[in-house]
Amino acid sequence: MIKLENIHKSYQMGNNSMHVLKGIDITIKEGEMVSIMGSSGSGKSTLLNILGMLDNYDQGSYTLDGTLIKDLSETKAAQYRNKFLGFVFQSFNLISFKNAMENVALPLYYKKVKRKERNELALEYLDKVGLKEWAHHMPNELSGGQKQRVAIARALISNPKVLLADEPTGALDSKTSHEVMDLLRSINKEGITVIIVTHENDIAEKTDRLIKLKDGLII
Amino acid sequence: MFDRDNWQEILHTISKNKLRTFLTGFSVAWGIFMLIILLGAGSGLSNGVKLEFRDAATNSIWVFGGQTSEPYKGMKPGRYIQFDNADFAVIKNDIAGVEKASGRFYVPGSNVTYKKESGDFGIRTVHPDHQYIEKTRTIIGRFINDIDINEKRKVASIGTLVKKTLFKDEDPMGKYVEVNGVPFKVIGIFEDEGGENEQEILYLPISTAQMVFNGQDRINQMMFTVGDASIEESQLIETEVRKKMAATHTFNPEDERAIRFWNNVEEFMKFNNLFENINLFIWVIGIMTIIAGIVGISNIMMIVVKERTKEIGIRKALGATPLSIIKLIIMESVLITAVSGYIGLVLGVGLIELVSGFIPPDTQFFNSPEVNFNVAIAATLILVIAGTIAGLIPATRAAAIKPIVALRDE
Repeated sequence: MIKLENIHKSYQMGNNSMHVLKGIDITIKEGEMVSIMGSSGSGKSTLLNILGMLDNYDQGSYTLDGTLIKDLSETKAAQYRNKFLGFVFQSFNLISFKNAMENVALPLYYKKVKRKERNELALEYLDKVGLKEWAHHMPNELSGGQKQRVAIARALISNPKVLLADEPTGALDSKTSHEVMDLLRSINKEGITVIIVTHENDIAEKTDRLIKLKDGLII
Repeated sequence: MFDRDNWQEILHTISKNKLRTFLTGFSVAWGIFMLIILLGAGSGLSNGVKLEFRDAATNSIWVFGGQTSEPYKGMKPGRYIQFDNADFAVIKNDIAGVEKASGRFYVPGSNVTYKKESGDFGIRTVHPDHQYIEKTRTIIGRFINDIDINEKRKVASIGTLVKKTLFKDEDPMGKYVEVNGVPFKVIGIFEDEGGENEQEILYLPISTAQMVFNGQDRINQMMFTVGDASIEESQLIETEVRKKMAATHTFNPEDERAIRFWNNVEEFMKFNNLFENINLFIWVIGIMTIIAGIVGISNIMMIVVKERTKEIGIRKALGATPLSIIKLIIMESVLITAVSGYIGLVLGVGLIELVSGFIPPDTQFFNSPEVNFNVAIAATLILVIAGTIAGLIPATRAAAIKPIVALRDE
């Protein structure tokens, strides 16, 4: 599903260039649940951003579902993100003035799905994460765990191949963390590839495979 | 662009961000509102001043006898200058540039009666040309004519309000009214745009009046039109008249007080220039207001984009293309400017109509304020287009936001 070959990435910080990723090779098969671990500054966020097509890389190649992802225009990247990927963030990133259902439905808006249809589908996905009764609540009326479940429903609605989760439990207590992880696991069982970036060991342990990063290299 | 779903998304965003929408819209509505009020006030002012001139022909010059202020050829100052029929003949026949001319002889007292009805009305004893100078419109019968003058007929043309007071519903034509006890036959009824006062008047032939009211050949004032003479030409004619009169009445032609002039050409041009300047001023202010509105929109849209950085980042992560972000921002800007511009327009026009309703019809210096509708619509359109352009910079900035940066933005 995902194939990274010799990925390099450096950032320009004033006069210095910071070499963040120094040749990463990863292969992730379809239906795998993988976690990426590393201390802060190890380059794991950068790696996730490249995987998420939110950032470019300097060298190497990145193939997603048989498509080479390189030097994409913004528009193309947006379309691929919409088509291939679902995102779950540490800080949930729900749009505050939209209720749960509308938040979940948003990716479909960019797929040009009709409003009625996408709201119906959104309700279906909210039901899947157990939040159907909360569909018309605004994000600030939801608990952290509920927000993250809404975010997961939103990530799933566009039927992605890969779910990218950046510290999905970082802002949650351990009980809700477990619930969220169970949810991610059940999604994975439906055949969606899940990649989780985390620094918590017990979260990483719940995944099939652990990729450890240190100083821009896999160890 | 006109996809219904798009608009729904934007309407939704707008309705969930009322304060922001209100602030953006308010500056636009206010700009248009002010422009409309200014245009209305300007037109009110110019209509009001034009009202001053509707009474008499704007190309007329009026001459009044005065009092000499300088000794001249052995004569003492302080002499009163009294015009007579000969003077009128000079003006009518000997001055180049004079078109229509009339004199007036003042009739003392003004009690007019018909049967048991009576009233105090203005009496003007005039030449036939007077109707062109004073813009008198005969609606029934006729005005004073040359035969009336030559034969010194006792006839009168009466104003509509005189008719109403004295005759009520009766037909006044051919009936006799008594002016200071002397009967005059009604030969015509007239209207005058100069307001109510100008219709509470009776016109009599000047020659008859001089005879009947012991005027001999005295004339108190003379007036004439000068065609389409410019200010300079009208002043030359004035000087010419002054010279001729100075020769006959023996006063210094330089003596400004011996006879006095009211030059409508000059006064009208003066006001005309004033209107033009006021109009220019209003446009400058109006355009400045609109520019302020545009800057306001642009400014607020900048803040909006800044405020929505994270939202835009989320949208991009979920698959929003840069173009769709640009559309989102610009369409929102256009919708807000169009709607609030329209609200400002309606409120402005409404206020002007309201004010207009409270102004009595004959009020001078400020009357019937109005707005040229095309101008208002054009201004709104300009504002919308400008709003789009103003939204363009923030929108492209929004589109350029990198999702990673935006998502990190707390």
